[in-house]
Amino acid sequence: MTTAHAEAADGILPHEPEKATLEGRNKVLAFWLFLGGEAVLFGTLFATFLALRNQTNEGPTAAELFHLPLVAAATLLLLVSSLTSVFAIQAMHRGNVAQLRNWLLVTVLLGLAFLILEIYEFSVYIRHEEFGMTTSAFSSAFYTLVGFHGAHVAFGILWIAVLIGQLLHKGLTVVTAPKIYVSAMYWHFIDVVWVFIFTVVYLLGKVG
Amino acid sequence: MDWITTVDHKKIAILYLWAGGLFFGIGGLEAILIRIQLIKPMNTFLDAQTFNELITMHGTTMIFLGVMPVIFALMNAVIPLQIGARDVAFPFLNSLGFWTFLFGGLLLNLSWVMGGAPDAGWTAYTPLSGKGYSASHGVDFYTIGLQIAGLGTLIGGINFLATIITMRAPGMSFMRMPMFAWATFITSAIILFAFPAVTVGLVLLTFDRILDANFFDVDGGGNPVLWQHIFWIFGHPEVYILILPAFGIISEVIPTFSRKRLFGYSSMVFATILIAFLGFMVWAHHMFTTGLGPVANALFSVSTMLIAVPTGIKIFNWLFTMWGGQVRFTTPNLFAAGFIPTFTMGGVTGVMLASAPADFQFHDTYFVVAHFHYVIVGGLVLGLFAGLHYWWPKMFGRMLSETLGKWTFWTFIIGFHLTFFVQHFLGLMGMQRRVFTYLPNQQFDTLNLVSTVGAFLMGVGMIIFLINVFLTSRRPADAPEDPWEDGRTLEWTIPSPPPEYNFKQTPLVRGLDAFWKEKMAGHKAMTPAEPIGPIHMPSATILPFLMSVGIFIAGLGFMFSRDEFSSSIMSFLFNNYIVTALGLLITFGSMLMRSLFDDHGWHIEPEELEEGEQR
Repeated sequence: MTTAHAEAADGILPHEPEKATLEGRNKVLAFWLFLGGEAVLFGTLFATFLALRNQTNEGPTAAELFHLPLVAAATLLLLVSSLTSVFAIQAMHRGNVAQLRNWLLVTVLLGLAFLILEIYEFSVYIRHEEFGMTTSAFSSAFYTLVGFHGAHVAFGILWIAVLIGQLLHKGLTVVTAPKIYVSAMYWHFIDVVWVFIFTVVYLLGKVG
Repeated sequence: MDWITTVDHKKIAILYLWAGGLFFGIGGLEAILIRIQLIKPMNTFLDAQTFNELITMHGTTMIFLGVMPVIFALMNAVIPLQIGARDVAFPFLNSLGFWTFLFGGLLLNLSWVMGGAPDAGWTAYTPLSGKGYSASHGVDFYTIGLQIAGLGTLIGGINFLATIITMRAPGMSFMRMPMFAWATFITSAIILFAFPAVTVGLVLLTFDRILDANFFDVDGGGNPVLWQHIFWIFGHPEVYILILPAFGIISEVIPTFSRKRLFGYSSMVFATILIAFLGFMVWAHHMFTTGLGPVANALFSVSTMLIAVPTGIKIFNWLFTMWGGQVRFTTPNLFAAGFIPTFTMGGVTGVMLASAPADFQFHDTYFVVAHFHYVIVGGLVLGLFAGLHYWWPKMFGRMLSETLGKWTFWTFIIGFHLTFFVQHFLGLMGMQRRVFTYLPNQQFDTLNLVSTVGAFLMGVGMIIFLINVFLTSRRPADAPEDPWEDGRTLEWTIPSPPPEYNFKQTPLVRGLDAFWKEKMAGHKAMTPAEPIGPIHMPSATILPFLMSVGIFIAGLGFMFSRDEFSSSIMSFLFNNYIVTALGLLITFGSMLMRSLFDDHGWHIEPEELEEGEQR
């Protein structure tokens, strides 16, 4: 640890700058814990959805509603964005700030594209299918679960965008590195949740 | 101003204590009003609506805003000291956790003056808490206030977990950690895995009420029992969030005043872990009468009774610790000793309630009320009193008066048993809970009178405690480092109250009960694990306060977003979510500030440390 401090003072970043200081290690650990809590949060939302997914109250059913090609496209965007965030972290470990910035930028853009597709999907349901929050217990559960995920994506986009700004402003240091690292963890988590949403909400809705 | 911006865990502890004490007082007054109403049959002191609001707010306030902050106060005051750390892992988040709790609590209590308090019981069972039965904004204050307060608790939980995992002093392995630190660790883990569930539950209820969603509304395909599942999968672990810290406190106090190490330390640790684990497995025992079926009832019945095993281990270990020890009945130890039989009685009625067939008889009677008050008041509150009297000199540098402390103990515990012991019989005779009055000549009259008299006696005990605190605060702060003289853990090795950096040099831990071990080896102080050097401190900041204000404004804005106002400006502001957006802007703006402007903190240099020593 002392050597890491010395290196940081000399302007040379250690190999894993996110874990170079106690504060950084604490941040990564606490973020893992936070994600544990988030898992319970989404678990409860999934349980609610599963309990209510056939309660359509004479409104549209999942099979009538979902267009898998659209959802598949959104899934692809999000999965690729997870990959690009891995590239970003690898660039960080190589100490290549320009590549790090570019990969983060690609990640944000992919996330944004996903979000636009989701907003488009919701607007179609609301305008053409008369499927709103108040339609049925199924609709409430659908919008709450998928919307919570969407809100997480939106927050992640804002967060990583701010971090890119910070990176340009302050460069890669032992202070900014942990922040970038945990934002990538967050992004992977969102991605994993989406895999479950794709399976439980969309695939099961179409065929289950 | 100093208090609003502080990030020092010791000051935040004191803030938690005052805020928790304030809400505890409010909850206590509500309890007294409830007991006055029930003093005689067909009483007209309160009407049914007010009574519903009072029982709802009493339960909610006591659990979320009364005892939990006092627990957090003790954790904040003691944990970094016990593990030999200079602060918690995230001082900024620590402050944020406190302010969100406080503003959530304020929002909840605003309901009294803003058109009616929540009236659906502290469990907010649907459909009672739905718009159909509860049309005022009461339950909205409940859902949004608790949401904000719960955020603070979750932040606190994560912070303590990280602190205990990474910031223990050299040599302090997990199995050398004091029991209160263990209790805090496990409690924080329960918080982490239980609170997100209620977060979701509260969101769903908010959406049902404000956005007309259909989660719990049968007309729209929803399911009211779903609320009970979500509420209790949080709510039952919550019981252990409350009681495990009390177990931790008792495990500190009894060895200290018995001059013996805690009997069965490792079995205590594993019992704590086991209780936490089982706590998640038993939520449906609150729901035996909702018609889950015999298989589910049997499984939850058995898993509930299993909790008696680790709890019994703890009870016997405390008894064996005192056995043959040089027991001194100081005020903290009186409370600890009073805790053991009282909590055991609550545990026994818990096993009775866990039997599903019997529960059909006991359900929603005063037997249940008696049971959970034995656990929460007779367990937790006695534990908190023990902890407060025990650590008061460390927190404030002043010893509480022993005489007044003993008066507090005797009036409180006698009042407590008078109040709640008779309620077991009221329940067995069929008196229902949650009803605002009862008919005469059903043999309820005398016992209710006894119960109310007991409640007043508990009130007297609380007042004596407050007098004690007041008188103590006027005396000079001259408590020694180790005021009980038999301190066993690290917090007793530093001045009372501790300097803001806690330890001038991080101590080297050489065994369980680190300080006691050094004393037995003939040393007067701990061996330092590091040379004296500059100490890094985090800077004070107002951002956590601002973030919480923002969330508070956003919550209020969202709550009234569907209302009609007499003035058109108000309607415009609220109905277009402008107030909500403003609140969120303040919060996210503060987050952005935190992100953009680095806070490198400051250092205390070795020379200043020497000066502090001489003063």
